[in-house]
Amino acid sequence: MSTNSAALRVEGVSISFGGLRALNDVYLEIGKNEVVGLIGPNGAGKTTLFNALCGLVTPDSGSFYLDGHKHAFPRTDALVDLGIARTLQGVGLFADLTVLENVMIGAQHLAQTGLISAALARNTKDENRIRERARIALERVYAGGLADRRADTLSYPDTKRVAIARALVSEPKILMLDEPAGGLGAQDIEWLNVLIRNLSAQMSVLLVEHHMDVIMSVCSKLYVLNFGEVIASGDSETVRRDPAVIAAYLGTGNS
Amino acid sequence: MIQFINTLLIGITAGSIYSLMAIAIVLVWRSTRVINFAQAGMALLSTYFGYEAMVHLNSFWIALPVAMAGGAAVAAFIELVFMRFLLKRSAHGAISGVAPIIATLGLLGVIRALTSSIWGGQDVRIVGPVSNVGYSIGANTLAFSPLKLLILVTVIVLVLLLSLLFQKSSIGLSLRASAFSPEIARLSGIRVDAVRTLGWSLAGASGAVAGMFQTVNGNGSFSPDSIEFSLLLVSGFIAAVIGGLDSLIGAVIGGLVLGLVISFVLMYISSSLFFIAPFVILLIVLFLRPQGIIGAKAARRA
Repeated sequence: MSTNSAALRVEGVSISFGGLRALNDVYLEIGKNEVVGLIGPNGAGKTTLFNALCGLVTPDSGSFYLDGHKHAFPRTDALVDLGIARTLQGVGLFADLTVLENVMIGAQHLAQTGLISAALARNTKDENRIRERARIALERVYAGGLADRRADTLSYPDTKRVAIARALVSEPKILMLDEPAGGLGAQDIEWLNVLIRNLSAQMSVLLVEHHMDVIMSVCSKLYVLNFGEVIASGDSETVRRDPAVIAAYLGTGNS
Repeated sequence: MIQFINTLLIGITAGSIYSLMAIAIVLVWRSTRVINFAQAGMALLSTYFGYEAMVHLNSFWIALPVAMAGGAAVAAFIELVFMRFLLKRSAHGAISGVAPIIATLGLLGVIRALTSSIWGGQDVRIVGPVSNVGYSIGANTLAFSPLKLLILVTVIVLVLLLSLLFQKSSIGLSLRASAFSPEIARLSGIRVDAVRTLGWSLAGASGAVAGMFQTVNGNGSFSPDSIEFSLLLVSGFIAAVIGGLDSLIGAVIGGLVLGLVISFVLMYISSSLFFIAPFVILLIVLFLRPQGIIGAKAARRA
């Protein structure tokens, strides 16, 4: 785990909330085009780590490397510019906007138009470019046909697709998926697995997921968190057989 | 007949000013989900800036942009140092939903007291750039003057510019995203804080124009206790609600409806209903179309 070429690497990440240690000296490395799974029992700190990577919480300590370069933990609104996109557990679509408009929001950082040129209507090019990219992103999650539907008319699995499209539209180098399979049925999970494998041709993917089917089917590497610490990491098969991992999962009754 | 036409013209001009005020309310609502009762106070303060520019430079055409810039700056200041902090602090707790709204009522009081202590309570005057004497047709004088024409044209231009800004640029979408879900907006690379400040600034400038026009369209004088500003407070808010609170077009329609109804009630029923009429309209609209005249579905387009 010493490669400089890792797309994203963090080390020594510690976070306390009040007196409670949520993360302790956590490390994580995501190679280029790698699909990395972050697993662990509830309350193990997975979401906290995700939030730290996204600037939603600020770590007490730790280092952040992007493409081998040391970097401050990013501000949330600077993530897309760094090539990182994330979906949230709660899908969070705008009910009264169309699917396409929802996806377009993910590409707002591409709009370079200032107030004045906007007032002079000089930026239709911007708008069209973003619209076009949003369509492409929808195609990639097999949801091109949904573009003009209102977001609140979608089925739950479809909202998940659209949320992923919204993350994809910024053309990230690293895609972070927070429980993408949550609430999905077997067929949709099949679709999700295919999608993630396809995406890994163009980007690195980091996912938090409880569904071991998904984890085992798409992840080449796993990190296991328990009580805020990484208790195991490595390729999926090795980690699966790790006694500490089995103990952690048996202890909470998860499988 | 001439009375009817005059009533119509008075209503449209007054309504266009209410529209600007309603637009200011809508912009703040869109960007921060706060009903800004201080908007009329901010308009008052901006009008004093315009008044100062008139005193020193003696040109309405300089005073108007000065008032707009001042209004935008005041709004940005309030959003930056006051609302942002307040929204963060009051995010949790029993009164989290209403705390910022009540705070804007407090701000209204503070701004009024501030303007009184700086400029005194007595009336000051702003002279319009053109005559407010009505055009005549034969023996009749219309209640429509070069000044009213100017107001109408300026309001139309401003509304067009704003709606162009919202439709042609991503700012409209960014504002909505920031208000609806700051987290998702930030993850999408939207600088939520900057977008909110921008929304407030546009509102401040829009309210400033409303304050300046309300003053010159009236008798040209104003004070912190002017009925003109109480009317702006009430009408701007009611017009925004009638228009669905979320839509620029709705705000314009709401303002015009309000202006026309007030005008006709004054002329044909009784001038004593002056302050009651807007509230009656508000209640009727809320009973019949609680989503406003322009519902949320259409609102997102404009």
